Amino acid sequence: MSSQAHEHQPLGGRVLTLPFLICAALVAVAGVILFQRYTQGLAAASNLNDGYPWGIWVAIDVVIGSAFGCAGYVIALLCYILNRGEYHPLVRPAVLASLFGYGLAGLAVLVDLGRYWNFYHMMLPWYAQPNSVMLEVGLCVATYTLVLVVEFAPAFLERFGIEGLRAKLNRVLWVFIALGVLLPTMHQSSLGTMMVIVGHKLSPLWQSQMLPVFFLLTAILMGFAIVVWESVMASLNFRRPMETPVLSKLAGLMLVVASLFVVLRFVDLIVRGQIGQIFGGPQSGWFVAEMVLMISGLALLIPKANRNRSRALFLSASLLLAAGILYRLNVYLIGFTPAVGPWHYFPSVKEIMVTVGVFALEIALYLLFVKKLPVMHAVHPEHG
Amino acid sequence: MSKNMMSKNKTSGASVSRRGFLRNAVKGSAAAAAAACTTVVAAPPEANALQRPPKPLPPDAVGLLYDSTLCIGCKACVTACKEVNHMPPDVGAAQQGWNAGGGDKPIYDSPVELSAKTLNVIKAYSHGTGATKDAAENGFAFIKRQCLHCADPSCVSVCPVSAMTKDAKTGIVNHDPSACIGCRYCVLSCPFGVPKYDYNDAFGEIKKCQLCKQQLAKNELPGCADVCPTGATLFGRTEDLKAEAKRRTALKVGEYTHYPRGDIAGKVGGPRSGHEKLVEAAYQTHIYGEKELGGTQCLAVSAVPFDKLNLPTNVPENGYPTLSEGIQHTLYAGMIAPATVFAGLAYLAHRNTKNHTDE
Ligand code: SF4
Ligand code: SF4
Ligand code: SF4
Repeated sequence: MSSQAHEHQPLGGRVLTLPFLICAALVAVAGVILFQRYTQGLAAASNLNDGYPWGIWVAIDVVIGSAFGCAGYVIALLCYILNRGEYHPLVRPAVLASLFGYGLAGLAVLVDLGRYWNFYHMMLPWYAQPNSVMLEVGLCVATYTLVLVVEFAPAFLERFGIEGLRAKLNRVLWVFIALGVLLPTMHQSSLGTMMVIVGHKLSPLWQSQMLPVFFLLTAILMGFAIVVWESVMASLNFRRPMETPVLSKLAGLMLVVASLFVVLRFVDLIVRGQIGQIFGGPQSGWFVAEMVLMISGLALLIPKANRNRSRALFLSASLLLAAGILYRLNVYLIGFTPAVGPWHYFPSVKEIMVTVGVFALEIALYLLFVKKLPVMHAVHPEHG
Repeated sequence: MSKNMMSKNKTSGASVSRRGFLRNAVKGSAAAAAAACTTVVAAPPEANALQRPPKPLPPDAVGLLYDSTLCIGCKACVTACKEVNHMPPDVGAAQQGWNAGGGDKPIYDSPVELSAKTLNVIKAYSHGTGATKDAAENGFAFIKRQCLHCADPSCVSVCPVSAMTKDAKTGIVNHDPSACIGCRYCVLSCPFGVPKYDYNDAFGEIKKCQLCKQQLAKNELPGCADVCPTGATLFGRTEDLKAEAKRRTALKVGEYTHYPRGDIAGKVGGPRSGHEKLVEAAYQTHIYGEKELGGTQCLAVSAVPFDKLNLPTNVPENGYPTLSEGIQHTLYAGMIAPATVFAGLAYLAHRNTKNHTDE
């Protein structure tokens, strides 16, 4: 037990660094805009309209933001379910990133909901509408956020020396770990199912009953990519040794998942008889961009040597992340055309600043937590 | 120090099984790919194994029949709709400048599209010289837009908090703002672009036509059908309206025929006299709402093709909920699959966390 207590260390250092202050300023700007949104309505802060009732607050903050939060999911899957102990050092930072990813996606929902004061109706059984995919997603995400809090609790308890509770929690942690793998599998795929019902309004390049499969795959892929990305960033910014041996294994997995995604995507288009759409159909450029990002990201990982090079890893993770982001943006916004038009939507500056604020808050909290709590794996001198 | 050794040992010890793991992962993905492909191959969009059966219309479903050839574009129905539903005036963008009235109250209601202030709107199609009524070429035609009260409504299927409900008897699709969380999933999902939210109100509501259920409760006609001078908007049981629509689409140009007004059965709002009229333009055989997305309780007939009238026509004959709910019900039937997966995960997590704390 005691040896475990030293396994993770707070990074220490100054909290009020320049990046932290910039983030704090961005959060403040978002706060001012949100004041307008809550006093004057959604139109005061956004370009949302009845043709595009869901804008970037849903597509980016929630749908993409929660995929950013899949680091904890994939690492828990590898570490505890597939029993790959070597991923252990990545668990806490990943869980922390997920906690913020999901927590802030939840916050973003409250920003977007037009009748937010009723949001708790989602949790009351007598309001429940069991056919609603959104109900499933909402409940799943809310539960998962709590699970992440529990998964991260050991870091807190360790920091404040509450060993008795920590030992007790450790004994039941497996329940939460299992939930922490089950719930994202459910709601990440359901995020895809959610768009099945818009039918012909989503371009045939994306509309498919395979949407849940593609959303699950991008969730896993983006989870891996975020872990790699964060790990390299942390090494650079906090001058820690690279975790390349572990990362190179992750890279192998990214390659598998990304290839599977690309193959299935084309099979799906062929089976649905829509393959012709990629040649100059409407929005086909966005499909091509998505595929170019995805394929170049995975191609970088094909030479085994690249999987050990932190630069190549970083680039590939960035490309794959971008591909996942674009795929989700395509499904939720770009590929969508309202039923009875014409309608236009491009996010307003204020709308963008709120999204920026949400992500800035995420980064600021992450910086604060890794400095003050035992999140990062302790670095041993013989590594360096 | 010792930890570091441990992890080194583990890494080298794992490299053999790691290969095994990767191989399994590849095998697993290949299997998943194959399985996924067979599902898609085995399930072309029509006759889809994942689809749940469509929902039938309730036998006493009520609705409206709109006949574009009878509509004179007077917009009496738009005004009546506002009155009986206590809806505020709505000013189209082009009128905003001069139509401010005194203070900020607009004086002239001029909606151009359904909105949170407008449950019913008459829109016009025009082409070329716009000379001939009900002609697609060099002509014009009207279309009435309001909720179609679908047999298998997407808005009801998506709503997480049962704020959108379909009445079991009348089939009217109702909205309850006190339950609504304002997620606007109904706005996004409606295949006909009907429900609207008020983005300019800090406490905005979703608005859509509820077939004047408050009027029907008093045995009075829905506002629009009540005031329509030509019977272009006709109220009735959907089955009766469908029969009437079929009769009309079979009429020939030049035939002299009877057009009823108000309630087709003459019961709601009391009997009214109809009128006789020559059929001047050839009806399209397409009855809008008969088949679209599982059918709708409100129907429309017209002499101009419906795609010209800006209604979605490239839609399947089954409602989209048949597929989205079908997928969901397949995955979550009785929560058996999630429970089984959870049991497996819990077993593995239990075993493996023990290993990890032992180290
Ligand atoms: S037309 Fe739209 S709002 Fe009306 S019942 Fe159908 S899905 Fe719902
Ligand atoms: S906006 Fe309201 S009525 Fe529409 S789906 Fe959401 S909760 Fe239901
Ligand atoms: S039925 Fe009532 S609410 Fe619906 S369009 Fe007619 S008047 Fe308006």
